[in-house]
Amino acid sequence: MAMKVYGPAASTNVARVLVCLEEVGLDYELVPVDMTKGEHKSPAHVSRNPFGQVPAFQDGDLILSESRAISKYILRKGGGSHLLREGNLSEAAMVDVWLEVESGQFDSAMSPIVFQCFVVPMFMGGTTDMKVVEENLEKLKKSLEVYEARLSRFKYLAGDFVSLADISHFPMAHYLLVGPHASVIDAYPHVKAWIADIMSRPSVKKVTELMEAAIRMN
Amino acid sequence: MAPVKVFGPAMSTNVARVLVCLEEVGAEYEVVDVDFDAGEHKRPEHLARNPFGQTPAFQDGQLMLFESRAISRHVLRKYKTEEVNLLREGNLQESALVDVWLDVEAHQYNPAISPIIYQHYLIPMRGGTPDQKLISKSMEKMKKLLDVYEARLSKFKYLAGDFVSLADLSHFPYTYYFMATPYVSAFDSYPSVKAWWESLMSRPAVQKVISQLPKQ
Repeated sequence: MAMKVYGPAASTNVARVLVCLEEVGLDYELVPVDMTKGEHKSPAHVSRNPFGQVPAFQDGDLILSESRAISKYILRKGGGSHLLREGNLSEAAMVDVWLEVESGQFDSAMSPIVFQCFVVPMFMGGTTDMKVVEENLEKLKKSLEVYEARLSRFKYLAGDFVSLADISHFPMAHYLLVGPHASVIDAYPHVKAWIADIMSRPSVKKVTELMEAAIRMN
Repeated sequence: MAPVKVFGPAMSTNVARVLVCLEEVGAEYEVVDVDFDAGEHKRPEHLARNPFGQTPAFQDGQLMLFESRAISRHVLRKYKTEEVNLLREGNLQESALVDVWLDVEAHQYNPAISPIIYQHYLIPMRGGTPDQKLISKSMEKMKKLLDVYEARLSKFKYLAGDFVSLADLSHFPYTYYFMATPYVSAFDSYPSVKAWWESLMSRPAVQKVISQLPKQ
């Protein structure tokens, strides 16, 4: 039975999981969850993700939530463990460090920006709160300074090898690139080149197309 | 083998997360203080270890790490034995569940509980008054989470299953400080959560780290 991912392709957390499935080439089914109709809070969905969020994931009897946890499971099971480096203590540790940074620094600054610039006007009929956007752009720039220093020394975040830590950035990076604040990365040439490299991966291109198609449908 | 080094204040919750893992595996370690009041965390020497100017930072020989959950994973991976296997890597299902609940701790539990700790402890330390409105809002979020935790811990002894893991231990630092606030009575409505917490508190490694924390 194919693995199932529950959630909209346009969601960054869903896209993260999809790109890992594409990296390892495992069969999967994307089951839509209509968040505009509150489907993520329905009993059926909450039975899979008790926090009422997306994605949820199912492989046989195993039901998981939290996109980075799901991503690791998929990579380990599907022959993608080179993206985790779990056979090498130092390398695996660096992947873990930068995956935490992705979540704690990059995603936490990008998420309010994406919410204000995309979700509020497109799905909630509201107006972008520029104060929130400006505050978080400042946080993002501070983080990007650290990324720039790192990526001036190494090709990728965990070292000279690509890993889940890099790929995990792609969904928010995509919305940054197609949104009104893409130019923020111009001041960080190594970051800019690294993002372009990640976005050129076949798996990332495939999922980006799914994300774009989902947005167009709305 | 030289002891590993943990850089950060001993009372810091994120430092404590790492220390409990070191105690669980019985590794030799040294805690090196970082003086926040003196701005030490923003100086080049510390930024070389943690480029975001936060704590903890960690050194194991040539390996420099930061982010307490990443450091914790490294410690538990490196010193893993038959008896002390707190990540369950090597078992696809078990390791996935450890990862899920560790991420739940980081992305759900921590954002709900940390404003309460911050308002109750840190604000008065700086001469301010706790924002009761913010605390109430956080308590509402906590209760919704505890509903989910109660359901989970009624079925399993620990979060990832019937085995203790980093997912459980990662909850210790903030919960420990929360238990000393007046809001602790919220846990009375969640008997399975309370029992789980008591079982974590009884672990020798947890007791050891508590004995090293400054008294409240």
